[in-house]
Amino acid sequence: MIDEPGEKNAAMPWPGHERRGGVTLANWLVTAGVLALFVWSYYGSDIRLGELFSREGSGQILTYIRKLFPPDLSPTALHEGFRGAVETFAISFLGTLLAFAIGLSVVFFASRNLMYSGLLYEMEPSDWWRRGLRMVPYCAAKAILNILRTIPEIVWALIFVFIVGLGPFPGTLALGFHTGGVLGKLFGEVLEDVDYQPIEALQSTGASRLQILFYGIAPQVLPQFISYTLYRWEVNIRVAAVLGFVGAGGLGQRIQIAISLFLEHQLLTLLIFIYILVTIVDYLSAYLRRKAI
Amino acid sequence: MKSPARPYFNNAQKSYFPYLFSALFLAALIDSWRRVGVDLPLLFEKQGRDNILKFFGGMFPPEHSSQFLSLMARPALETIQISVVGTLIAIAIGFPLGILATRNFSVGGILNEADTSGSPLRYALRFSIYSAARGVLSLFRSIPEFVWAFMFVRAVGLGPFPGVLAIGIAYGGMLGKVYSEIFEAVNPRPLEALQSTGANKLQIFFYGWLPQVLPNFVSYTLYRWECAVRASAVLGLVGAGGLGQQIEISMRMFNFNEVLTILIILFIMVAAVDILSSKVRAVL
Repeated sequence: MIDEPGEKNAAMPWPGHERRGGVTLANWLVTAGVLALFVWSYYGSDIRLGELFSREGSGQILTYIRKLFPPDLSPTALHEGFRGAVETFAISFLGTLLAFAIGLSVVFFASRNLMYSGLLYEMEPSDWWRRGLRMVPYCAAKAILNILRTIPEIVWALIFVFIVGLGPFPGTLALGFHTGGVLGKLFGEVLEDVDYQPIEALQSTGASRLQILFYGIAPQVLPQFISYTLYRWEVNIRVAAVLGFVGAGGLGQRIQIAISLFLEHQLLTLLIFIYILVTIVDYLSAYLRRKAI
Repeated sequence: MKSPARPYFNNAQKSYFPYLFSALFLAALIDSWRRVGVDLPLLFEKQGRDNILKFFGGMFPPEHSSQFLSLMARPALETIQISVVGTLIAIAIGFPLGILATRNFSVGGILNEADTSGSPLRYALRFSIYSAARGVLSLFRSIPEFVWAFMFVRAVGLGPFPGVLAIGIAYGGMLGKVYSEIFEAVNPRPLEALQSTGANKLQIFFYGWLPQVLPNFVSYTLYRWECAVRASAVLGLVGAGGLGQQIEISMRMFNFNEVLTILIILFIMVAAVDILSSKVRAVL
């Protein structure tokens, strides 16, 4: 496309960008609202940026950082850190597996096109009560997923510590429950996005709904399910590292002890362990995701 | 998203991966099972059953006295405030570091070809800046925000301030990484076109680069803000302000009906923020 150079083109520096109408009152209002939100938040959250950058404030933080060095590399500290890291890994691993199981067992009830509408149910006589009956498990499954997801991991951990006592086990349950809700939602989006052609083909051969589920839908969605699960595993390894703060085992418990007892050198060792663990899991999960898709 | 069903049976080439993977998976499963001390009967024994009943029975009815609700208003608003300022700080950290951590902006690519072609020293300098930025970002995001919050509580005292700093640092690392990924995926043609007109780097950045990435930036930042709201709601557990502190207090006092109220408040807040942010993203 050859255009004459001129004012008009100078205003359109890249293709596909059309200038919208000028600035309207709504634009101003939104801008003012956002700015007001910023100012309100700034004063409400008790920020002392001036203090942070003042000699005293930054001195305080620098002193703290200096106290962290050198890391405690004595055999006991390393051993303790290593055990914490392996325990954290175990919590995240089992927790994610539990979440996968929860998500997978609930999601099929929570997806509209499998439960009551769409291609699979076209041929069905549309009695209102039959449809209503099918809606019941659908709504129940949705509600369960929402509840699981709304409660943060750390609150689940508090709850399970109350129920089964201290240790890594409540942490695993907490991770599994919250992540189960998250995975259920993500899986549901994958399911509702499924390609209909294989399903139609199967249906035309007279396959039953269960057969369609296993041969038409599962092969399509499983790679994505696995990839989402691996992604959540990366998130969970970070969460598993802090669940110990409420008594649910792993590195978090040791970090809390180190911070509370002012064992700064040991704290740095544990932080290094978190860093290594998180990096390893990130790479591992990226590698497995490439394999899965 | 949509891919045809994959022909699994067609995987003719021999590979040890499945065997190796299954063995490692089983080993990890068994070891984790023992290490975590999975004790499912614990949930169904008398003690466990009693505790479950006590907890879920104690939740109803949720505490709804006006005194308690008005007491919760301030921490709930504080949670929003922490998340907003924390995200702003995260942008302030993530944006510059993310630019430096973009390979085709700071090291190679058309922007730097002319500069670095004949001078390995300059290349080395740029590469070290790039690596340093990546290292800082990965350090920031690898340490969970909870640990940052705990450390900042030690360094600057209790209250919402350490929560803001923790979210700023941890989310700064995440935003910076994603920003640099968005930057790297940019279409180089407009940049080349700009360069051929003799635009300098700053001009290329503002007219070629930024317009391409801005919508993605804003939508990812909004998504992170949603996460920040959830995070700041629980950071209070280590003394960093917001609703979390109240949850812990109520939990420790076994006032489970208060816990339910706080969870409902949290749910409403998170849902409102989600709706708001998805509205904004739909406009983009």
